[in-house]
Amino acid sequence: MTDSNNVVIIGGGHNGLVCAAYLAKAGKKVTVLEAADQVGGAAATREFAPGFKASCAHLLYLLDQDISKELALKSNGLSMARSGLDTIALAADGNHITISSDSVDGGGLSSEDQAAYKEYRRFMSKFAGIFGAMHKLVPPRITQQRGDLMTLGKLALKVRMLGRDDMRELLRIGGINIYDILKENFDNPLLKGALSLDAVLGTFSGPRSNNSVFTALHRMSGNNAGAAGSVSIPAGGMGAVTEALAAAAKKASADIRTASPVKKILMDGMTVSGVELENGEQITASTVISNADPKTTIMNLLGARHVEAGFARKIDNIRAKGNAAKLHLALDGLPDFKGLSRAQLGERLVIAPTVEYVELAFNHCKYGEYSAQPVAEITIPSIHDANLAPDGKHVLSAIVQYAPRELGAGWGEGKAAFMEVVMNVLSEYAPDIREKTITAELLTPEDIETEFRMAGGHWHHGELSLDQFLMLRPVPKSAQYKTPVDGLYFCSAGCHPGGGIMGSAGRNAANVVLANGTST
Amino acid sequence: MRTVDVSKRDHFKNAVYPSPFHSRQKQYNQLKEWSRWADYLSVPAYWCADLEYFSGRNTCGVFDITPMVKHRVSGPDALPYLNRLMTRDVGKIKPGRVGYSVWCNENGQVIDDGTIFHLGEGVYRICSQEHQIDWFMTNTLGFDVNVVEETHDIAGLALQGPTSCAALKEMGLTGIENLTPFGMTWFNFEGKDLMVSRTGFTGDLGYELWIDPEHAELLWDRLFEAGDLRGIKAMGSDALELLRIEAGFILAGADFLPAMEAVRPTHTRSPFELGLGWLVSFDKGVFNGRQALLEEKKNGSRYHLVKLDIDGNKPAKDSFVYTKGKKYAGTVTSAMWSPSAKASIALASLEAPLDKPGEDFEVEIYYQRELKWSRVMAPARVVKDVFWDPPRRRQTPPADF
Repeated sequence: MTDSNNVVIIGGGHNGLVCAAYLAKAGKKVTVLEAADQVGGAAATREFAPGFKASCAHLLYLLDQDISKELALKSNGLSMARSGLDTIALAADGNHITISSDSVDGGGLSSEDQAAYKEYRRFMSKFAGIFGAMHKLVPPRITQQRGDLMTLGKLALKVRMLGRDDMRELLRIGGINIYDILKENFDNPLLKGALSLDAVLGTFSGPRSNNSVFTALHRMSGNNAGAAGSVSIPAGGMGAVTEALAAAAKKASADIRTASPVKKILMDGMTVSGVELENGEQITASTVISNADPKTTIMNLLGARHVEAGFARKIDNIRAKGNAAKLHLALDGLPDFKGLSRAQLGERLVIAPTVEYVELAFNHCKYGEYSAQPVAEITIPSIHDANLAPDGKHVLSAIVQYAPRELGAGWGEGKAAFMEVVMNVLSEYAPDIREKTITAELLTPEDIETEFRMAGGHWHHGELSLDQFLMLRPVPKSAQYKTPVDGLYFCSAGCHPGGGIMGSAGRNAANVVLANGTST
Repeated sequence: MRTVDVSKRDHFKNAVYPSPFHSRQKQYNQLKEWSRWADYLSVPAYWCADLEYFSGRNTCGVFDITPMVKHRVSGPDALPYLNRLMTRDVGKIKPGRVGYSVWCNENGQVIDDGTIFHLGEGVYRICSQEHQIDWFMTNTLGFDVNVVEETHDIAGLALQGPTSCAALKEMGLTGIENLTPFGMTWFNFEGKDLMVSRTGFTGDLGYELWIDPEHAELLWDRLFEAGDLRGIKAMGSDALELLRIEAGFILAGADFLPAMEAVRPTHTRSPFELGLGWLVSFDKGVFNGRQALLEEKKNGSRYHLVKLDIDGNKPAKDSFVYTKGKKYAGTVTSAMWSPSAKASIALASLEAPLDKPGEDFEVEIYYQRELKWSRVMAPARVVKDVFWDPPRRRQTPPADF
């Protein structure tokens, strides 16, 4: 007999911890099983060189503020080292552009571009709000059932409430590419390049890929205080978010076990009965919630034979080709970026000189090559948080694209070569970067897949695109977090509303589990 | 096992191939008419469809089943694989036995029906009307199983009718009379491997013979020699169609639309809607369509396939079926004048709940007499039993006709 109150959550990443905290608060006996030695998954703050710490996920822009309040993350130890970062579009000649939430400056921008930016921010923020409102929804099914119809109706109403002109504009641009939208609005190549980067970070797409307006909107869809898409750096690195979530879950009596990798999900007939750890230990539970990505969950942990073939096939076909590599540099002091003041070094720095440059960088990955001229999103979090590096030293954290998960030559040989390419690009903007570097760590999508156990090393646990969104995420018949297997649920970023440190998938999943009751 | 490389067949130039029995079919085919069945040339009627039908009921008829699509399933997970694929519990088909089954998509709609031959521990042959390799391969995800299509590797003849057993004995298949229905056995046939199963599509005493295509002609020749005094006749697909309707057997593409071919998803049928609920085993674990079929069981089916006994002697082909109150009830899917049952019979798909046995209906039949069309509203009743089900079908050993 399994205790019907027992819940096992596979994976102590942020969504797993959010889910654990809500369920524990509701009185469930929750055990979180994390494979790594610390919770957090890709959000964890890890020491990558003696005394130097960084998080794979390095900027916070989507965390659901309701979760933050309901789980009292502040009193559980979360604070921001810096909020509302500007974005600085780096120029090789030092003539950079500073992009704030309400204005844009520098780089010889025309007044037309500056005015256009305000309008761009207006409509993009407004549209992002529509997507933001969906985050807390359990995606409706396409049925005739009243609840689903109500949810769909509410979404339609929100779109209609944009007003005639904006609604028409959302419908026009929602599925198309950011390249065209930027071309319609701006002249300055550097500004367009930098803005296009927001649309393609963490995706298998370039600015000219359709769907890239949607990904740009998703990035801006958080409900954090301040402007849409406002970016923060937590004190103590991103791991501080997951530590606070873990603290909240523990306070509600959740049991969080690290170094406990799950080998498989156990079945009793057609119902989930628990999990088996890699060390052979079995833990019984009538409800198992997987924060592993859906593909890993079904194909590896459960086994495709326990679901119908059509479902297994859809899960197997989830597109999850990670494209973002992560660079961590231990620096012997602040590097000298051309044209930037020391204060500006603490902002979000992007290398995306033109939108064509970004598109060309993407082209390579279609053919299993890394970019010859990669794009990058760079932060030096140690400027805001001295605890991340020894005295006087610094940490540079950068997302570098494009680095396809399936590299033709294989990452065994490719990694060192790509590292060289990345350092060369960085050197164009910060000529002393090599001499300031004490140690460098590059996490390829393959490394990310291995270390954080994400299929394809994809930070969204599956490409975020309109065909893998809302009731189509991860696949139909499991988009409401409940899988076709009795007692098995998903709560990862592979579900609606996707990745980025947000927590909504975990919260929505907890609500579904509570509403369904645990299976008996 | 020898697998024919279909890619070397210039299929783009020549999509339909002569059967391994073609030389003999050509010789027997007095009408010189050919039809296509899957990848092969087939014979609609050798000399007279009606008389060929009677050979299947009164003596024995030989029908070439080589074109039937055949798959081989083997490997450690063969049984769990088939149990997830099929609606029935395949574990109940013991080695050396044959079982009928259907398989469904995730909406619980029938993709096809066919027979499962448990050739030997964990090795199965699946025979079906439609090509299934794509769906069968899709189903291998997560299973340690080997699935190959072997349609072209095996030649098959059905020998159906009351004298079939005697003809086979005459051919030297000693002990064939001990083979029970849905059993199979192997013979040394002039040094060649010959597999014989007591199966068929006619609802009568009958066998199916399976052999390497290289020896197909030899088998045909020996069979006709042995059956000469037992009234053996070559039988075409038109005769088989009559035999299978009498037996109440459904045909893909006639009595149901294979789900993979459906453009209009509501035009397909579930096993329950085809009267095949007995093939659905909910307690064996997960299988394709299980969830949808459970819901159907709870909420009720949309259609029911029924057998109709229709007044008069006009075949109710393609007819509409009405209630006595002239309300539309459904359509006839297969129909014939049954010489053996001496009745106008039909299979019909009726909208639930208009399907109770004994229920009275009217069938709207259009018929022609010397180019003059007439219409009759023929009273009809739903009947429970099949129209042709002689005891000799099950009798072991069969009587020596």
